[in-house]
Amino acid sequence: MKRPRKVIVIGGGLGGLWAALRVAEAGHQVDIFSLFEVKRSHSVCAQGGINACFDTKGERDSVWQHIVDTLKGGAYLANQPPVKSMCEEAPGLIRTFERMGVTFSRTAEGLMDLRLFGGVKNRRTVFAGASTGQQLLYGVDQEVRRQEALGRVQKYEWWEFLSLVKDGQGVCKGIVAMNLRTMDVKSFRADAVILASGGMGQVFGHRSTNSTNSTGTAACRVYQQGAWFANSEFFQFHPTAMLGDDKTRLMSEAARGEGGRIWVPKDPSDRRKATQIPEHERLYFLEDWFPSYGNTVPRDVASRAIWKVIHEMGLGVGGEDKVYLDLTHLNPGFIEQRLHAILDIYRKFHGADPVHEPMEIYPSAHYAMGGLWVDFENDKTDGGMKPGSPRNHATNIPGLYACGECDYGYHGANRLGANSLLSASFSGRVAGEAVSNYLKGLQDELQAVPEQRFNDEIARQRTINKQLTETQGKENPYTLHHELGEIMSSQVGVVRDNTTLQEALSSLQDLEQRSQAVSLRETNTWSNQALVFTRQLQDMIKLGQVITASALARDECRGAHYKPAFELTQPKDAYPGDPAYEAYREAWKQQNEKWLKTTITEQSDSGPLISFQPVDLSVLPPEEPRDYR
Amino acid sequence: MMDKTIDLDIRRQDTPYSPPYWQGFSIPYREGHNVVSALMAIRELPITRNGDRVDPVAWEFNCMEEVCGACSMIINGHPRQACSTLIDTLEQPIRLEPLSKFPIVRDLMVDRSRIFSDLKKVRAWIEIDGAWDIHEGAPRISPEAWKENYLYSRCMSCGCCMEACPQYGPEKVFVGPASLAAVRLMNNHPTGSYLKKQRLHAIMAEGGISDCGNAQNCVRVCPKEIPLTTAIGELGRQSSLQLLRDLFGKSQ
Repeated sequence: MKRPRKVIVIGGGLGGLWAALRVAEAGHQVDIFSLFEVKRSHSVCAQGGINACFDTKGERDSVWQHIVDTLKGGAYLANQPPVKSMCEEAPGLIRTFERMGVTFSRTAEGLMDLRLFGGVKNRRTVFAGASTGQQLLYGVDQEVRRQEALGRVQKYEWWEFLSLVKDGQGVCKGIVAMNLRTMDVKSFRADAVILASGGMGQVFGHRSTNSTNSTGTAACRVYQQGAWFANSEFFQFHPTAMLGDDKTRLMSEAARGEGGRIWVPKDPSDRRKATQIPEHERLYFLEDWFPSYGNTVPRDVASRAIWKVIHEMGLGVGGEDKVYLDLTHLNPGFIEQRLHAILDIYRKFHGADPVHEPMEIYPSAHYAMGGLWVDFENDKTDGGMKPGSPRNHATNIPGLYACGECDYGYHGANRLGANSLLSASFSGRVAGEAVSNYLKGLQDELQAVPEQRFNDEIARQRTINKQLTETQGKENPYTLHHELGEIMSSQVGVVRDNTTLQEALSSLQDLEQRSQAVSLRETNTWSNQALVFTRQLQDMIKLGQVITASALARDECRGAHYKPAFELTQPKDAYPGDPAYEAYREAWKQQNEKWLKTTITEQSDSGPLISFQPVDLSVLPPEEPRDYR
Repeated sequence: MMDKTIDLDIRRQDTPYSPPYWQGFSIPYREGHNVVSALMAIRELPITRNGDRVDPVAWEFNCMEEVCGACSMIINGHPRQACSTLIDTLEQPIRLEPLSKFPIVRDLMVDRSRIFSDLKKVRAWIEIDGAWDIHEGAPRISPEAWKENYLYSRCMSCGCCMEACPQYGPEKVFVGPASLAAVRLMNNHPTGSYLKKQRLHAIMAEGGISDCGNAQNCVRVCPKEIPLTTAIGELGRQSSLQLLRDLFGKSQ
């Protein structure tokens, strides 16, 4: 008789909960590990919506167009079969969410409403007010709670994942984790492990829109145990984030969409209040540089322009790293109605009213397109990803799967707005189904792995904790985190060049050394947050190196990765058919020949080891460059 | 002249089993500080106002955008989210205390797991056949019904309403306003209503709706302005009708 199998899911955001749900529904026992109550996961921060083609707006929208937009938006770097499957299954996924009770916004007829989002022409984004991520997460959270009540799911909230335990063949057979209250380190056996630990924005310090727990630490820990990272150089910077010492908070693209204008005073030493600076002394640089799109250029273009005006032209407001996002010329009643949610965030956290004074904003690290490398099986019958294949979302470590933002699967070199909630949910579901089928093929017994392996790993982790607690170095872990953020956002940020990246790499090595010589200033052995943070910090520094080394290796501009020394410029006033444009197309194809490849990063004693893998382009061969004219 | 400071008095407790004590901290003033960012400044340099080097203050935080519910604490006597509480709006010294209705873990951290077990008790979910596509969605919902439901679906289980409720506490069984509002939300979903009777029975039992003392504190402190008392009022009527149905044997 078959015994029930045990699966560990690390992380309780959209990806993790979807995976847990599907494994539990397949009849297996699931343990969910989370740093906090799963309902507080970073998925709740997504506001705008989730993409799925319903074509209910009379625009002849199609699933194919969703596939094309996603692939082109990602500069063709994503493997195409998984993207095809994701877009095809998006409507079914939304219908499932709807049945879970998610409060999607409605049309007058009671159908799910759709809104327009950046980078696409049709209305394709389902939303729930301005808190779509929160609503989606709560929907799955409720279903998982039901499974918990049925005894199929057990939650280990307030536990931190420390490392994997593998058997003699290198197959993942469990984990070691730390109780964040008692600081007790324990091992847990499992037949498979799914990592759904989310993003890693905290590698960019407080210059990120991510939650404070989005450190990427768990992914970095499995990387150090042999898992590959892929495309880590691709990080999306959101152009309009509100400044803050603790975190930069997102000001939605909608602010520009509704007529917001971005400007700086022509004289950076101008100390007058923004509203007192006359029109002719302002530089509306987006409108000047991009006359046809103006303030509504795509995210990456806007981020680069803001970078240029501040760091190359020295025109940041008051000499600081910020520009104005101005709504004060608009009708107050109109913007209140259209932008209430973000006006409210600004008022609440900045204590100023954007209706009366311009907002101060700066680009901020927002989303990691890259992450843990995961496999997929091509479905020969329809060119998509084969449903249920145990290869889907498997990492290169047997028995370890990854889903959600911590994997690299769906967004290539840049992510479309409202595709992240989709990939998180879809990949979680796929990973759950893949693992259920992986378990069917397992022959061995859970207890087959000798206890010694688990005990050795526990001992190793306890030693790390003990050493860190006892070290009397001179470094402060929180100060080092600020430094890490400064290095990453100023040297590995929106605009990159190889000399600076080299410098960043050596600064990060230096930082790694210093992070070994910290003083925790914490004697309490109960809920020791300084110990937890310092361990995370060391892993964040490692991740910084992975991102930087990958960025250094890629000598081109693609999506969010921008190295002007290797830029291929589109000829002005030339269109397909013109000789100048065709020459550009040819150069673009040659660049693809050389660089349209997945970056793989592997841990080695001498630092991150880079190699490249071909991209599966079987759905939409790259013939047309991106053209936003 | 002394530089401007931010003064905080923090109620601390080293472990769940040790006695509480107060400590005062002063950090340099900075425009734009909120309570979480002030605590971050303290954890980087945990020196009290008297110049004693102490263990950093432990507290919970995550999203920093008032949407995850992690950083609830009592600030100058009021339960609220620390991340969205700007220092400039507070009288100093600012008094920070952990929520009092939940077991203390350490300092400002409390164990709110009871909130989630109570959601289990009231069956705050919709029974679906499985998390797969059945090629049709849920029945249509009018924009008016959506508008009301959406108010309740933003509850982030922060615990502020429970803190403010005189009927909720460690020695009491009352499930509290948030769990009741969750019942209201589930009962008003077209297919969620299939379990309406069971949920009503759950809140007609001990610790349910009859424990509400109508103090109306909950609705005043909810950071998301959820109309909790309206939900409780609606449930009161539904429960009364259910009671009659139970007595006279009418189905649903």
